[in-house]
Amino acid sequence: MTLQAFLLTASALFATGLYGALSQQSIVMVMMGLELMVNAIVLAGAAFWYHVTPGTADGQVLVLVAITVMALEMATGFAVVTALFRAQEVDMTEGAGELKE
Amino acid sequence: MGVVVFWVLAAGAVAGGIAVFAVDSMARATFALLLSFLCVGAELLLIGLPYLGLLVVLMMIMEMLIMAVFMVMYMMNPAGLMPMTMVHNRRGSAAVSAAVFAALAAGALLTPWPERRGVPAHDTTFALGEAVMGPKMAVMMLVGVAILATMITSVVLATGRGRYDRHGDRLDARRPADPGRGAP
Repeated sequence: MTLQAFLLTASALFATGLYGALSQQSIVMVMMGLELMVNAIVLAGAAFWYHVTPGTADGQVLVLVAITVMALEMATGFAVVTALFRAQEVDMTEGAGELKE
Repeated sequence: MGVVVFWVLAAGAVAGGIAVFAVDSMARATFALLLSFLCVGAELLLIGLPYLGLLVVLMMIMEMLIMAVFMVMYMMNPAGLMPMTMVHNRRGSAAVSAAVFAALAAGALLTPWPERRGVPAHDTTFALGEAVMGPKMAVMMLVGVAILATMITSVVLATGRGRYDRHGDRLDARRPADPGRGAP
C-alpha cells in the first residue's frame, strides 16, 4: 500500500469520471462523472494523510470537505434537473442551451 | 494481506467507475457507481479512518438510491430496454481523459514525495473532531454555511411556483393565483 498505488488508483478514477463528464449527454450521467472525480479526490486526500502527515488531522479535514462537496453537488444537480425538466421537459445537455423558459 | 485487499478494492473501484459509462441501463450505472464508492469507503477503513469510511459508505448508499428514483422520474429509457447511445464526442473525451490520466500517473510516480512524519492518532475520529472544533473551526463554519446555502438553492430551483407566482410581482394580490383558487 504505497502512496503511489493510492494515487494511481485515484488518477484512474479521476480520468474515468472526466471521460463521463465530457462525453455523456444525459445530465444525470454527467453528474455521475463529476461524482467519480470527487471520489478520486477523497481517495487521494486520505492517502496523503496516511502516507505524508498522519500526525495531524489536516488531511482528514480535507477529505471531510471533499465529501461535503460531493453531497452539495448532488443536491444542486438534482435541483437543476428538476428546474430544467419543469421549464422545458429536457433531460439532455443539448436541450439545455437556453436559460429562459 | 492488507496489500491484497487494497488492490482488490482498487480494482473494484476503477472497474465500477468504468462500468458506469459502459453498461446500457442507467439503473445499472447507478449501482456500478455505488460499487465504486463502497470500494473507496473500504479503502478509507483500511488505512484507519473508520468515521470517514463509514460516512462515505452510508452517504453513498442513500445518494445512489435517491439517484435511482430521479432517473425513473426524469430520464428517458432508464432501464436500458431500448439500446441507445447517449454520448457526444466520445473519441475526443477519451483522448482528453487518457492524457489527463497519463499526466496524473506520471506525476504520482515521478514526484519525490516527502517522508512520512508522525504516526496516526490512537483515535483518528477524535482527532478529526478536535481539529474541526479547534484550529480548523473556519472549515467547519464554511461547510455549515455552504450546506445551508445549498438547501436554499435547491428548494428555490426545484419549486415550481414561488410567492411571486402566487401573489404577483409586487406581492400585493390579496388572493393567490393558485390553480385551485387557494385560501387567501
